[in-house]
Amino acid sequence: MDLAIKLIVLLPLLAAAIAGLFCRIIGDRPAQIVTCAALLIAAALSIFVFVRIGFGPENAKLVVVKLFTWMDSGTLNVDWSLRVDTLTAVMLIVVTGVSSMVHVYSVGYMVEDPGIPRFMAYLSLFTFFMLMLVTADNLVQLFFGWEGVGLASYLLIGFWYDKPSANAAAMKAFIVNRVGDFGFALGIFAVWMLSGTVNYADIFAKAPEMAQMRIQFLGMDLPALETACLLLFVGAMGKSAQLGLHTWLPDAMEGPTPVSALIHAATMVTAGVFMVCRLSPLFELAPTASAVVTLVGAATAFFAATIGLTQFDIKRVVAYSTCSQLGYMFFAAGVGSYSAAMFHLTTHAFFKALLFLGSGSVITALHHEQDMRKMGGVKEKTPQTFWLMWVGTLALSGIGVPFVLGNGIGFSGFYSKDMMEESAFGVHTTVGLIAFWLGVFAAFMTAFYSTRLMFLTFYGKYRGDHHTWDHAHESPAVILIPLYVLAAGALLSGYIAFDWFVGHDWAQFWGTQSIAVKSTGEVLHEAHEVPVWVTLAPLVFALAGIGLSYLFYIVNPALPALTVKRFPAIYALFYNKWYFDEIYDALFVKPALAIGRFFWKKGDGATIDGLGPDNLAARAQDMAGVLMRFQSGYLYHYAFVMLVGVAGLVTYFMMTAAR
Amino acid sequence: MTIGLDHYLFVAAVLFTLGILGIFLNRKNVIVILMCVELMLLAVNINLVAFSVFQGNIVGQIFAMLVLTVAAAEAAIGLAILVVYFRNRGTIEVEDINAMKG
Amino acid sequence: MVLQALAFYVFAFIVMVSAAMVVVSRNPVYSVLFLILAFFNAAALFLLIGAEFIAMILIIVYVGAVAVLFLFVVMMLDINLAKLREGFLKYLPVGAMIGFVLFLEILFGLGVLGGNTTTLAGIGKAVPQVIAIDNTRAIGRVLYTQYFYLFQVAGLVLLVAMIGAIVLTLRSRPGLRRQRISEQLYRPKDEAVMVVKVPTRGGV
Repeated sequence: MDLAIKLIVLLPLLAAAIAGLFCRIIGDRPAQIVTCAALLIAAALSIFVFVRIGFGPENAKLVVVKLFTWMDSGTLNVDWSLRVDTLTAVMLIVVTGVSSMVHVYSVGYMVEDPGIPRFMAYLSLFTFFMLMLVTADNLVQLFFGWEGVGLASYLLIGFWYDKPSANAAAMKAFIVNRVGDFGFALGIFAVWMLSGTVNYADIFAKAPEMAQMRIQFLGMDLPALETACLLLFVGAMGKSAQLGLHTWLPDAMEGPTPVSALIHAATMVTAGVFMVCRLSPLFELAPTASAVVTLVGAATAFFAATIGLTQFDIKRVVAYSTCSQLGYMFFAAGVGSYSAAMFHLTTHAFFKALLFLGSGSVITALHHEQDMRKMGGVKEKTPQTFWLMWVGTLALSGIGVPFVLGNGIGFSGFYSKDMMEESAFGVHTTVGLIAFWLGVFAAFMTAFYSTRLMFLTFYGKYRGDHHTWDHAHESPAVILIPLYVLAAGALLSGYIAFDWFVGHDWAQFWGTQSIAVKSTGEVLHEAHEVPVWVTLAPLVFALAGIGLSYLFYIVNPALPALTVKRFPAIYALFYNKWYFDEIYDALFVKPALAIGRFFWKKGDGATIDGLGPDNLAARAQDMAGVLMRFQSGYLYHYAFVMLVGVAGLVTYFMMTAAR
Repeated sequence: MTIGLDHYLFVAAVLFTLGILGIFLNRKNVIVILMCVELMLLAVNINLVAFSVFQGNIVGQIFAMLVLTVAAAEAAIGLAILVVYFRNRGTIEVEDINAMKG
Repeated sequence: MVLQALAFYVFAFIVMVSAAMVVVSRNPVYSVLFLILAFFNAAALFLLIGAEFIAMILIIVYVGAVAVLFLFVVMMLDINLAKLREGFLKYLPVGAMIGFVLFLEILFGLGVLGGNTTTLAGIGKAVPQVIAIDNTRAIGRVLYTQYFYLFQVAGLVLLVAMIGAIVLTLRSRPGLRRQRISEQLYRPKDEAVMVVKVPTRGGV
């Protein structure tokens, strides 16, 4: 078991090192084989670990493998150790599963790219960092993984480094993440200050007494645990692109589609949700912070969905839907339903990766065309992708038939989304209710734009270039097989895993040492007791969304344009992403650049350089100019200088001799 | 009044200073520089002979004769150089001799 | 005594004035002539203190050779009357001041002004001593005996100067044909003579 865990984490790193450092020696194909093989082995081992931990007895539910000591300094003891409990095991499956599928997919997708080994190495490196993040046993190792995935995201978004837009997007991602990481670091410091340790086990043990402490921060006297949890959540906001720090996610679509699928759908952006669930014993004792989490999550879910309604780039639509679904996960975690959040994280990983990779298949079929206005009728050319995308779309919209066969029958998203909405309603707080209704409206919009994507891309008449149409064809097997695997997950994972995550067996599955069971238990209990209309509401709204989208794009395609003309201001607001980028640019970017320029030109250039080296050089030149006049070339000048010197010397000697 | 040693020394000092001033105050031509050198040597000679006479030591006059010899030799060579220089440059104005300008 | 003092003052004054005029004259020929005048008056000064050999040598060598040489060169180089350049006046105050300072220092050092009495001038304030023999004989007694080597070296210096002057100014005119005697003498036989068997009544 220990060996399995170590292999899971270290195989991707090894594969990344081989592919990255020896790419010149081994070439493209071996690099692909090494990385894919490493990831597939890690995925198989993850299944093994999941089964052993998830369904094992209570005393086997937590495995800690200490690798070696990192810091041993006074009272700060930090080790490199891998902690695997049910929460980690779930994430291991998600991460290695999606990552191995993305690796295989990339073999086909990046086939014409000159930098294949570099890409595969970066993907494996990212997987390693993500695995370090989820298997961390202490906050510092979590932060190591956190930063590492940020780095890998930067490298992968900017993979095509000769595109200036890609470079800018990579920088934006990293910088916005940095803002979040700053809050996160402050949160870690606060936790250490309060509890004296960074290991999870010790922190959770001390959590009740930390809840009573107060802390001085920025001159204010604040409840300690609330402040720490809020700061930690700021980090999650950055990493998971919640409202306020979300601006990087759409631009991150500059990276290749496998990157979007892996990082910006299934794994890196879910690190924030994972972190909140991992630290659930802390959040459970910090009701204000949890309320903030709920509100921010709900607002994000709603807000991102509004923008997704208007976008034309196929990848951007899926990106905004990711942002929106992450909002769902956060509001579920905020109301205390951590297992529901993790459930949705798992199902979402499958169907969102499916949607991204399917979009990638369409994009390559149409020779790198990403604008949906130039697509249409593609189902004739790529039938398999078409059906697989429908699976993903219906899963995303949460379509299913409730109440039959116990938990209902449906796509995976149906189960998890319903669970989250029921939890939000079931806690009977104002915040929960707000979250519930925002979630329901967002579900309406989600269904609308997801099916809009399908209708615009696959149905109707082709609106693009005929030359591209003639060359369009279905993707090869190496691209389709991962899609099938993910589709299987999107179809079945909800039905199969419902009982384990949020159903009857949840307590036995999660155990007592992974997430906060007290509040989860209460919330789940309430969630299963909600009125029938609460269970039906998301489904009804989703079906309404599908119906409206059918009306707008199949029955009467002139309607969208008329609606835009009718509500121009609202349309402009949604289309321009609520002007967040423009506001941030004016508030932060331009002043920062101005300050930087000021310090560069005036401070560094004029003052330091001007008084230092440049000044010395200029004075040296002045002196040289003066001294140059002595070297006139005229002998009588030289004689005169000698005479002056003689007179001076004689005077000097006369004076000193006279004393 | 009795003409003493210091009168002669005074004259020599004046001649010497005039010779030095003449070297760099002249703006005309190089020959004046050579003539000023001769003036300085004359001043030195007056000094030597005056000391020799007033101390009764003949060595000063011997030395004055040697100075005379050297002065003549130096004047000859200096003028030869000047002639060659004039052949190459066509002018002996001091203002044009600035090839050592740095 | 008064006559002696008067003569001294006259000659001294003329020397100083003519030295100044050497520097200041516009016409270079005038400069040379003033130099000659300075030399003559210096010789007169020497005569006044009894160094008549030096005085005569001064006239013969300096005036007769060196100054005439100067005149030759001035004439040969055909120098024009020079305008007084503007730089002269600019440097005059500074130069004059420096010169004056130097002058005072020379006087001070020699003990003519102030200074301490242990300088040489202090010792030599005595009346010039009467020497039993005349100047020429006194010089001759010492020059060819004690300072013989210096005398020879002086001759060598003059030789070197003469050679130097010739080397510097000798020009070989291009295109002038000269005999190279050494090459003529070193001609080998086989270049000079060619033996040809001439048949009878055949010609060469």
